[in-house]
Amino acid sequence: MSMALLVDFGSTWTKVRAVDLEAARVVASAQGPSTVGSDITVGLEQALAALHATLGEVPRYRYRLGSSSAAGGLKMVTIGLVRELTAEAARQAALGAGARLVGCYAYRLTRADLREIEARQPDIVLLCGGTDGGNREIILYNAGMLAGSGLSCPVVVAGNRDVGDEVLERLPGARLCANVMPEFNVLATDPARALIREVFMSRIVQAKGIDRARGLLDDVVLPTPAAVLEGAELLAAGPGGEGGLGPLIVVDPGGATTDVHSIGEGEPAAGVVRLGLPEPHAKRTVEGDLGMRHNAASIVDSCGAEAIAADAGVPVARLHRLLASIAADVERLPADADEAALERGLARAAIRLAMRRHAGTVETVQTAHGPVQVQRGKDLGRVATLIGTGGVLVHAARPEVLLGAALAQPGDPFSLAPAAATLFIDRDYALFASGLLARADRRVAFELARNGLVPLEKAHHDKHANA
Amino acid sequence: MQGRTLVTGVIGADTHIVGNRILSMALEKAGYRVVALGALTPAADFVKAAVETAADAIMVSSLYGQGEIDCRGFRDHCVEAGLDDILIYLGGNLVVGKQPWAEVEQRFLAMGFDRAFPPGTRIEDVLGTLAADFAAREGGERMDAGLATPWASRQGVPRP
Repeated sequence: MSMALLVDFGSTWTKVRAVDLEAARVVASAQGPSTVGSDITVGLEQALAALHATLGEVPRYRYRLGSSSAAGGLKMVTIGLVRELTAEAARQAALGAGARLVGCYAYRLTRADLREIEARQPDIVLLCGGTDGGNREIILYNAGMLAGSGLSCPVVVAGNRDVGDEVLERLPGARLCANVMPEFNVLATDPARALIREVFMSRIVQAKGIDRARGLLDDVVLPTPAAVLEGAELLAAGPGGEGGLGPLIVVDPGGATTDVHSIGEGEPAAGVVRLGLPEPHAKRTVEGDLGMRHNAASIVDSCGAEAIAADAGVPVARLHRLLASIAADVERLPADADEAALERGLARAAIRLAMRRHAGTVETVQTAHGPVQVQRGKDLGRVATLIGTGGVLVHAARPEVLLGAALAQPGDPFSLAPAAATLFIDRDYALFASGLLARADRRVAFELARNGLVPLEKAHHDKHANA
Repeated sequence: MQGRTLVTGVIGADTHIVGNRILSMALEKAGYRVVALGALTPAADFVKAAVETAADAIMVSSLYGQGEIDCRGFRDHCVEAGLDDILIYLGGNLVVGKQPWAEVEQRFLAMGFDRAFPPGTRIEDVLGTLAADFAAREGGERMDAGLATPWASRQGVPRP
């Protein structure tokens, strides 16, 4: 049996998957603690021991690949010119590369900005600004500011190509790639994504001590969120660019953030005008205020305690007590049926809001020619495949009840969330493994992701769907 | 012409794109780099596009008679974004009803537009005016946009 070993170095767990390459299935899963703070191999050894105990042997792996979100993930700061244009394109590029954004800046950097950036200790800074042939002053100014700062991290430059050489003169050692916005309103984030990943592999993995695992693995190739996004892209496109599932959405509600990935153009329906910056084909959003554990209180701030308690069918006072106990101990598990219902309510609220922020909107603008429908962002209304991944969903008794919250809500007619998608759960966490394996064998990686999908029963948005 | 960047678009809740598209094509053919924003463009988007692309001029179209409302504060917007000196042109059916063009023109020039063009303006005239205005700037002259004083002194803003 030909096997692959795929490892995710997370912030809490080191997760390992053994994949049978002929069957393209996960045949064993295990996990160990995350020990990146001391010696990353300790947690990996433990996880591997558990995995090999399950398998009953130590296979000779054909591929051994890892991804990492340990040690704070890939922390990035992005800098652009106009907030809605190159600064937004820079943000999209970093998110698409699997980064955790710790700061996004537009226009000229101030000294206060620099102090803030230094304090946030990014792993990589992405410096953009100006279309090709466009504004030159700001990116040069900001390059000068970065050169005079105390930052020592790698800088990736993806701005106005006319001044690339001058930027490098100011920032020796920076890496240059094609502009994230070569022309006005044209988004071209792939070159920057690729270069960020390369810098991650060549420098960040070492800086974080993850490279110690290289004795046990062939390589650590991607930040984990990038592996999930690559798995989703492959699943949508198919191994040779055809035979895939078509446009799809992946929702990952986690302890600290809720991530949403959508693959597809999100083209407007007939007769609808699309405005604003185009969005990436593979779009990733990270909601830093929507986390089941570390940000439970801010889910309630955003969605309302009354609404969440009503959704769970539990008195609101009980919700406040639960929040207090989660704040005191984020590892705490639900103590009774009411708390379990409230946790489901929190997850549903986080998923609903994360999807609403990710999806585009449509509004009616009155013109002299009568009403015109205007779309901003992606129309995901006709996306047929909605996939849930991550521990919160995998361990839920009825994941369809949680994931169903991502579907379009009757009370929010302006959102372009999916209307009637089929729900799946990525039961074995095969998407990240697929994204990693895609580098070695796209066909097997595609089959692995598809085989990992378990269809869920159609969820309803009844008020007490939780009950 | 070479190297000059122009931003074009139809301002406000206005969907009349045909004339603006013809203008954009003609400008491109004349050698300008054209950033065409198309219909339904808010004033702020013209300015943001001009900042990012380091545009030399903004060409605003308005065809549905609401131009006066949509264009109010356009120059202020540019000044706010650091584009104090950018050339701004406006053309189309700028107002509702039959009003004498001289008055209409005056109104928009007072708003800070460098040029305003009435309905039926020929493309060649726009190209000629644009070339002359750019040439005048190259020569270091401030433009006289049909009024006795250039825009800045009309607004009481000192020029550097």
